Amino acid sequence: MCVLCSPLGLQGALFDYDDGNYKCRDILGGTTMNYIMEILPALFSGAWTTIWVFALTLIISIPLGVVLSLGLSTTAKNPLALLIRWLLNIYTWVFRGTPLLLQLIFVFYGLPTIGVVFDRGSAVIFAFVLNYAAYFAEIFRGGFQAVSKEQFEAATVLNLTRWQTLRYVIIPQVVKIVLPSIGNEVINLVKDSSLVYVIGLGDLLRAGNIATARDVTLVPLVLVGIIYLLMTFVLTMVQKQMEKKFAFYR
Amino acid sequence: MLELKGISKAFNGRQILSNLDLTVTDGKTLAIVGPSGVGKTTLLRIIAGLENADQGSMIWNGASVTPEELRKQGVLGVVFQNFGLFPQYTVQRNITLAPTLSGTSQAEADKKAGELLDQLQLSEQANAYPGTLSGGQKQRVAIARALALNPQVLLYDEPTSALDPALRDNVAGMLNQFKQDGMTQVVVTHDMDFAAAVADTVFTMPNGKKE
Repeated sequence: MCVLCSPLGLQGALFDYDDGNYKCRDILGGTTMNYIMEILPALFSGAWTTIWVFALTLIISIPLGVVLSLGLSTTAKNPLALLIRWLLNIYTWVFRGTPLLLQLIFVFYGLPTIGVVFDRGSAVIFAFVLNYAAYFAEIFRGGFQAVSKEQFEAATVLNLTRWQTLRYVIIPQVVKIVLPSIGNEVINLVKDSSLVYVIGLGDLLRAGNIATARDVTLVPLVLVGIIYLLMTFVLTMVQKQMEKKFAFYR
Repeated sequence: MLELKGISKAFNGRQILSNLDLTVTDGKTLAIVGPSGVGKTTLLRIIAGLENADQGSMIWNGASVTPEELRKQGVLGVVFQNFGLFPQYTVQRNITLAPTLSGTSQAEADKKAGELLDQLQLSEQANAYPGTLSGGQKQRVAIARALALNPQVLLYDEPTSALDPALRDNVAGMLNQFKQDGMTQVVVTHDMDFAAAVADTVFTMPNGKKE
């Protein structure tokens, strides 16, 4: 029995090779290793979509989330601040309260009916950024609220400007507080990127699905799983390192 | 000389301070005492500009000022009840942050911080983070941080309440030392013995009777 194929339920036949070892021949006529090498380029090309959706979404939605969280956590009582907070609450409610898949469909198929047309890539980034910024805004809002009021007041009496207070006193503390939650969302984002198939973009999971359907084998999907795990492993390590970096104080 | 005239403040319809007058004399220590909930801390926060009075005015050396102007002029230093140290910075950086952000050179700020740390017996803790310090050490860092900006009036909110009772005499000694150095001080406390040990004038709330 071939150790590579049998756990995967491969329909391979055993052939005797010149060296006297038995190896599998799968449906494509090569060995399993050959088959893997054959489908990897398609999977990597799909993984590239996953990576740029991931990277662009993160780069835009985290700063956006920080800015929105400032609006959400303002305690000002003037009409403009109240209006902004009300609008932001509705925004986070809608984007956290409906499936990302639905938002993606609305952006790509729905918005053109009112004259707003996106190409596939822009539609994906638009929907993903709006969705993730809503989550990040709520996470950062929680972070800002977890910093004691006394920290703001201490900065005020030390005559720091509002910007200096945020930049040097508050945000460093908020980052430490929100890192675990942000890490969760970042890993979710890697996996959520598979939703782009719904508007016809080819990502990692779609590449695996196509190969599995064509070749009637689970090997491509196992590889897809491994590639996802490698990506999230790297991100988990980065998160751990960052948490360690901020662990120098209590 | 800092004067407060006709200060009133209400929270949610409840009158905390009404038409209160207060004078802080240069080089003296004023203790504001009274039971909990009487508005001592509110009064201190109004002086520090952390709370707006509903009515009343402040006069600094004969000229009418807003708390914000006082702060901008660097007149006031505030030592909070729970110290309000920045946990992500070392003791040294806590002290030099505000001076360097307001334009003092790092070298100059470090030199001043070194002197303050010496004076307050904190030299060994210069590179420690606030989370590793005792309550008394934290308080001295908070005082050093306020002093780094060369204030003319130091405000303390309940300086003994977050500390071991045994440390009370140390704090009193320190405040008396500052007074000898010419510092004007306002101390909010519910501890009458402490007030007696440091104050030239005791202002008893809510009625403002002076002793």
